[in-house]
Amino acid sequence: MSELVRIDGLSKYFDIGKGQKVHAVDKISFSIAEREIVGLVGESGSGKSTLGKTLLGLHDKSAGEVHYRGTALPRHYTSADFQRYSRKMQMIFQDPYSSLNPRMTVGEIIAEGLLLHRLMSAAQARDKAAHWLEKVGLHADHMSRYPHEFSGGQRQRIGIARAMILEPEFVVCDEPISALDVSVQAQVVNLLSELQASMGLTLLFIAHDLSMVRYVSDRMAVMYLGALMEIGPVDDVYFRPLHPYTQILIASNPEPDPDIERARPSTGIQGEIPSPVDVPEGCRFAGRCPKVMDVCRGTTPVLKKVDDSERLVACHLY
Amino acid sequence: MSAPLLEVQNLHVEFDTYGGTVRAVRGVDFKVEAGRTLAIVGESGCGKSVTVQAMMGLIPMPPGRIMQGSAKLRGVEILGRKTIEGREVRGAEIGMIFQDPMSSLNPTMTIGDQIAEPLIVHRGYSRSKAWARALELLKLVRIPEAEKRAKQYPFEFSGGMLQRAMIAMAISCKPTVLIADEPTTALDVTIQAQILDLLKDLQNETGMALILITHDLGVVARMADDVAVMYAGQIVESGSVDDVFYRSSHPYTLGLKLAMPNNDPGRHDTLQPIEGSPPDLFSPPVGCAYAARCPHSMRVCEARSPEQFDVAPRHYSRCWLHHAQSPHRADGLFLGGGNE
Repeated sequence: MSELVRIDGLSKYFDIGKGQKVHAVDKISFSIAEREIVGLVGESGSGKSTLGKTLLGLHDKSAGEVHYRGTALPRHYTSADFQRYSRKMQMIFQDPYSSLNPRMTVGEIIAEGLLLHRLMSAAQARDKAAHWLEKVGLHADHMSRYPHEFSGGQRQRIGIARAMILEPEFVVCDEPISALDVSVQAQVVNLLSELQASMGLTLLFIAHDLSMVRYVSDRMAVMYLGALMEIGPVDDVYFRPLHPYTQILIASNPEPDPDIERARPSTGIQGEIPSPVDVPEGCRFAGRCPKVMDVCRGTTPVLKKVDDSERLVACHLY
Repeated sequence: MSAPLLEVQNLHVEFDTYGGTVRAVRGVDFKVEAGRTLAIVGESGCGKSVTVQAMMGLIPMPPGRIMQGSAKLRGVEILGRKTIEGREVRGAEIGMIFQDPMSSLNPTMTIGDQIAEPLIVHRGYSRSKAWARALELLKLVRIPEAEKRAKQYPFEFSGGMLQRAMIAMAISCKPTVLIADEPTTALDVTIQAQILDLLKDLQNETGMALILITHDLGVVARMADDVAVMYAGQIVESGSVDDVFYRSSHPYTLGLKLAMPNNDPGRHDTLQPIEGSPPDLFSPPVGCAYAARCPHSMRVCEARSPEQFDVAPRHYSRCWLHHAQSPHRADGLFLGGGNE
């Protein structure tokens, strides 16, 4: 498999005044291969969404680079850059309520990308939008309706059609199912899997539902407070987590199985994710880590290979 | 077996809206015993929150209306009453915590004052005694540096800490039943685990009954002794947590399980979504509300609403497949599928 996206020391800091910076994404490096699905997990505030948006140029990069098919993407996107790159790199958003313009019809929403990129005439774009509505499981006669007439799951299908109609190669799915009910989550996940297979898509699937990420992804990446803690083949990371944070995260994930839950000890991690403002040197998890050592507080661990698997871990234990 | 602490029977709740009357709760029955946890599980709009709000007198009337039914605490009717046996139903007998602690707390009062206030109003505590009790409660729910935290405002608390403060408030008058409506839905998994552990510990210490409303089957498996599965305003299956998970007896319960990924390393089943969406409760179907989405639907399902069938002692299912003369009863549907 050839590499599609290479992220190299990517950082995104938000200036909040008084010389303080929020380290939302801090020196992250990893690659995504063509047709691969990488699941990105972490708690709120860990920087997953910021990473996804920075990859697509929706945020300026503070430091580091993103290479797409070997080409470095600009640090700051101009509208010409969006014209050039957004056809191939698209995004599906978490909230199917706020991410669709309530004053546009569904047909206009889905066809807008085609018209902005001047790919075809308005009439052709309308036909194609109708085709895509059917493809995501809605009806072509829904074209003239407005977003409020649809349920959450249907809106997420509209968001998917809007992203996919440009036939992108790389799609960032930012918590695409978090706002949906269980039975509808499966519908949307299956739709995404079908499209991924038939269009040969590469996906960065951001979610906090660990079971769903394990189901969907080839590899799992775990973020904490802006940093990448562990990344590797999904079953290695899920069933044999090495980073103490990954271990706690997975041990906290309740499984729909009473016998497993009765056997599970209380997870007992204390404390909460600290503030991402001016993060000190050292491991970001040191303050909550049950296996913390002296070295963890002074030296930031780097991602490295620790066994004969494809997994990388950023922890001084290994 | 002792009489149930809380028993709800045949509860019906409606709401008048511009679009017509929504029949949100359509005949709900359940029992809760002291020291046990009942999970009410279901998807958005199934009526799980309305059910407990009706019990607590939290339904705005109008537009809401409790059409019929009863809710008895230790045998005494609580529907429509503010006090029983000299104690307030809300707060003293039944405590409640909500999904979104940020919007349930007063942003202009310190956390300590908010916990102390009901003790002053309802218990006649002096200010200093109420404040001391508030600190005790904050320590009980494991908020570090309680003295300092009590003087802070809700915006200075994280989501997990706010939920702890809500729990402190809900248990301040030592309720016999605690209702937790999606208490961890807004929280991260590690914080969720902390809050669930806290609720379990408090229950063990006080012997209170817990009603946990959630859509998360993982949380149900972790917390519940008994489970009631709700769909379109009715309880479609209820029983012990093992009965409902391992011997699921309603196609909807089975469907939910098959729609979720299992984390069995040896298996990678494709998710089976439940096609379609729940019925419109403006005009609920005459027959079974799930029939339109049910893969096992029979002709009777659309014509007549199924009654509650006993599958086993204390395990009920509202499904025609369990009728004594159902030709499919012996098919083993509920043995295979999602019931490994």
